[in-house]
Amino acid sequence: MRELILVRYGEIGLKGDNRPAFEGRLVQNLRDALAHLPGIRVFRSHGRIFIDPAGETAAALERLRRVFGVVAFHPAVETPLELDAMAEAAVRLVAEERRPVRFKVEARRANKAFPLNSMELNRELGARLLRQVEGLTVDLHQPEIRVRLEIREKHAYVYVRDVPGPGGLPVGVSSPALLLLSGGIDSPVAGWYMMKRGVPLRAIHFHSPPFTSPRSLQKVQDLSDVLALWGGRLPLYVVPFTRTQTAIRKHVPAELSMTVMRRMMYRIADRLARRDGLAALVTGESVGQVASQTIESLAAINPVTDLPVLRPLVGLDKAEIIQKAEEIGTYAISIRPYEDCCTLFVPEHPATHPRLDEVEAAEAALPVEELVEEAVAGTELEEHHAQPVMVAPS
Amino acid sequence: MRAYLDHSATTPPDPRVVEAMVEVMEGDQFGNPSSLHALGLEAERRVEEARRQVARLVEAAPEEITFTSGGTEANNLAVLGGARALARRGRHVLVSAVEHPSVREAARRLADEGFEVEEIPVDREGRVLPEVLAERVRPDTVLVSVMRVNNEVGTLQPVEDLIRVVKERRPEALFHVDAVQAVGLTRVTPRAWGCDLLTVSAHKIHGPKGVGALWVRPGVHLIPLVWGGGQERDLRPGTENVPGIVGFGRAAELALAWREEAERVRALRRRLEEEILRRVPGARRLGPEDDHAAPHILNLAFEGIRGEVLVHALEAEGVYVSTGSACSSRRQATSHVLVALGEPERWREGAIRLSLSPKTQEAEVEAAIEAVVRQVEALRALMGE
Repeated sequence: MRELILVRYGEIGLKGDNRPAFEGRLVQNLRDALAHLPGIRVFRSHGRIFIDPAGETAAALERLRRVFGVVAFHPAVETPLELDAMAEAAVRLVAEERRPVRFKVEARRANKAFPLNSMELNRELGARLLRQVEGLTVDLHQPEIRVRLEIREKHAYVYVRDVPGPGGLPVGVSSPALLLLSGGIDSPVAGWYMMKRGVPLRAIHFHSPPFTSPRSLQKVQDLSDVLALWGGRLPLYVVPFTRTQTAIRKHVPAELSMTVMRRMMYRIADRLARRDGLAALVTGESVGQVASQTIESLAAINPVTDLPVLRPLVGLDKAEIIQKAEEIGTYAISIRPYEDCCTLFVPEHPATHPRLDEVEAAEAALPVEELVEEAVAGTELEEHHAQPVMVAPS
Repeated sequence: MRAYLDHSATTPPDPRVVEAMVEVMEGDQFGNPSSLHALGLEAERRVEEARRQVARLVEAAPEEITFTSGGTEANNLAVLGGARALARRGRHVLVSAVEHPSVREAARRLADEGFEVEEIPVDREGRVLPEVLAERVRPDTVLVSVMRVNNEVGTLQPVEDLIRVVKERRPEALFHVDAVQAVGLTRVTPRAWGCDLLTVSAHKIHGPKGVGALWVRPGVHLIPLVWGGGQERDLRPGTENVPGIVGFGRAAELALAWREEAERVRALRRRLEEEILRRVPGARRLGPEDDHAAPHILNLAFEGIRGEVLVHALEAEGVYVSTGSACSSRRQATSHVLVALGEPERWREGAIRLSLSPKTQEAEVEAAIEAVVRQVEALRALMGE
């Protein structure tokens, strides 16, 4: 008997012809996530993904809970196709749970050659558990634990625990996109939602020294490290934006400067995305949060790019975004006090309903193409990889 | 050229300090001073040597020096430990409006414990005037804390006069002086001044971070903040930070020679102030006139420019300065010191602090002048003003 982790994936199972490619991607992502733990194996067998954690179940799960595409992980015991062995495994797993406990057995017989059917297995295993573990009662309707038994070709698998995965699709099954990453609360969450849909991301940050500090860049780099934990990696473009900011201040009426600044960010992002084969832009914009995010404002910003602009937070409240940011580990970084370029050049009364023709007129004096080219030429790309994480004792 | 003019934030450790510290971490000097055997004795000797060196710097006796984890802990121990020890004699505490947060926050803690904490106002130069303090001393005053040199604007407080007016009215009250920014370039003589408690820190005099000391007048009783195995005469138990203390001692020894440099440093500071104010329009010095100022701290403000932005612009040229104090600039709160001086917001926002040390070279000062002139002009041009 050995301990394995069964990987349960939901959505990707439904994708018909694409299924093998999706499973292949998930297996690869699981392997990448566990690369820092020597001896761990990820393998497929009869339509199931298994992980042999080589005794490091807790460490493996800590890292695995951030792999998109997984609905749940089940730490399981693999047994020979013998009832005694299955029962022994079940007794051991149940005994590790708190007691007394209401339980039920859910057996599945994928291997129809096994002599007992599911109903008979449920009864037999349930009876043995009742005999051997003190304080148990059967509850078929509201069990506290469900003892699952899967009978497969060569082995049976017994498990009781469900360790939730993040769901979604394995990162890499969609085309890559470019995330506009500020130091704020919203954009990292937006990036997380896109990675959850299988989109591999790069991020782009606009840096305006000396108006923004090295610590505000550090903040974005730390956010990139956290997102890399979820997506495996996060390459980050750092764009020199000071000249653009000051040119806007000089040439554009203050109340439209926010709108024009966003248009310049979109233009630069668009240029880099096209150059490097990224198929969409991603932003943390949500409707109506701040002046730059009214529908009129989005309408005045959006036309500078033909790429799809994905805004996964568009319907979320601030409180929901904050809650998600806390869950994924970006909130504490985002609330550090260093200003990013968005908060420094904010006019006192930004236009909340800018009209596109007004904005275009306001841009007339701005050397748009020259600024975009200069920013793109000065952009540096830095890599952020998932770092092995500390494991809390369980 | 690189110019480090942020010595009030911290100073680079002197190579001789580093050497002394390495020496007690390598080889056979790693012992615990409390151990009975020879290795313990050797470590104890090194700690006691450092105690003598620090004592000499403040012209006091070694047994009056208690090592702490730094200026913050020493200030906390003085304010909390002193007031709590005298709580039965009264519950009135006076602290100046320009104290370091480690004094202010400790005093706030006392207020939570039922003490009445009163702030002593300062004049436009940041000075506590003796007559202003005298009015506030009461029969139930138990502790007064005024720093010798202000860390943001460099005001030199007339501590001797201040101590006298307190002691004349209320001899039982403890007088604490935070001398972290003063020690080295100015003479610090707690015994002669007549105070009871005095704080110094190693990393402001080219020593290591993480070690400071509280000078305690003999006979003054404090309630400790930390409880344990009896080290530092029970006032600050815990195995001694031997490398830090040894480094502190060496730095203190080297700092004895600094006073000879004070006038040179003062001349450099004057040169900085005069040249920058002469060449940059819309600039002002915040803080004291020269005769009320420590030699090494200068606070300048530039209209229409945020201090923080100028700090980053200067750093791009290799010139390192700060906005106000290191602590308040990170919190991005407005400086309580500049508020206490009555400076309006438009000047507070544009303030930077340049702080020198005896190691500062003339070439660094010249480089800083050129950089400030250039960057202020460039930023104003960028901002279209």
